[in-house]
Amino acid sequence: MLHLILFSVFGAICVAGAINLLVQSHPINSALSLIAVMASLAVEYLLLGAEFVAAVQVIIYAGAIMVLFVFVIMLLNAGEEEKTGGSRVALLFGIPGMLIGSVLIAWVLLEHSGTGSVPAGALPGSPKTIGWLLFHDFLLPFEVTSVLILIAIMGSVVLASREEIPAPGAGGPR
Amino acid sequence: MVPLSYYLVLSGILFACGVTGFLIKRNIITIFMSIELMLNGVNLSFVAFAAHWHALSGQVFVFFVMVVAAAEAAVGLAIIIAVYRTRETLNVDQVNLLKL
Repeated sequence: MLHLILFSVFGAICVAGAINLLVQSHPINSALSLIAVMASLAVEYLLLGAEFVAAVQVIIYAGAIMVLFVFVIMLLNAGEEEKTGGSRVALLFGIPGMLIGSVLIAWVLLEHSGTGSVPAGALPGSPKTIGWLLFHDFLLPFEVTSVLILIAIMGSVVLASREEIPAPGAGGPR
Repeated sequence: MVPLSYYLVLSGILFACGVTGFLIKRNIITIFMSIELMLNGVNLSFVAFAAHWHALSGQVFVFFVMVVAAAEAAVGLAIIIAVYRTRETLNVDQVNLLKL
């Protein structure tokens, strides 16, 4: 019962933050509500027993990635969102369509999925077990993600660098 | 005991909010945050299914999704900075050329 109450409270915070992200017109408000969504999602992970994932969610998502977002918003001095026309049809048909689709999916999931309940803390995902899996069963994907991160770092440095990078053979300064 | 379908419905709601934000928002940074919201919704269903099927690999895949999200955020924000430097705007309606 306590788990259901905790799930409902933090799920409500999640949904409220997600809707607030859509409603707010200033990007910094959207970013702060996204942080609220991520922090309450960490509580949902804890309810499912995934301790490591909850900690990583707070450290990487709510910490590192959102700090990057807030930093870019501050750096570019992003102001209020400009309202431009042309998306009236999307608003008219998109939002009712989205609502109908979500209600249908929710109804199917709730009534006909045939899945049981998840006891809280059913699967203790402690750092030890996660690390064992990561370095035994998923060693190749783990190494590939490290290459991906390296490529992403180099790509962002190249994209965000201010000076023109001379093409090879274009006769740059020697 | 929380039913698995409640977790799935919550993750579906988060994903739908992300899709809606991606479609209706005009600020490029907010569009990026909507993508992060979608990834978070997917992560929640990963963890819920992992607990339901007693398979820890679901939680490992959440870790991989987070790595991809971090890489995507780094590259995407660098692209946003490059676009802002040449166009002086963050409105996606005024960014209609792929050329920097």
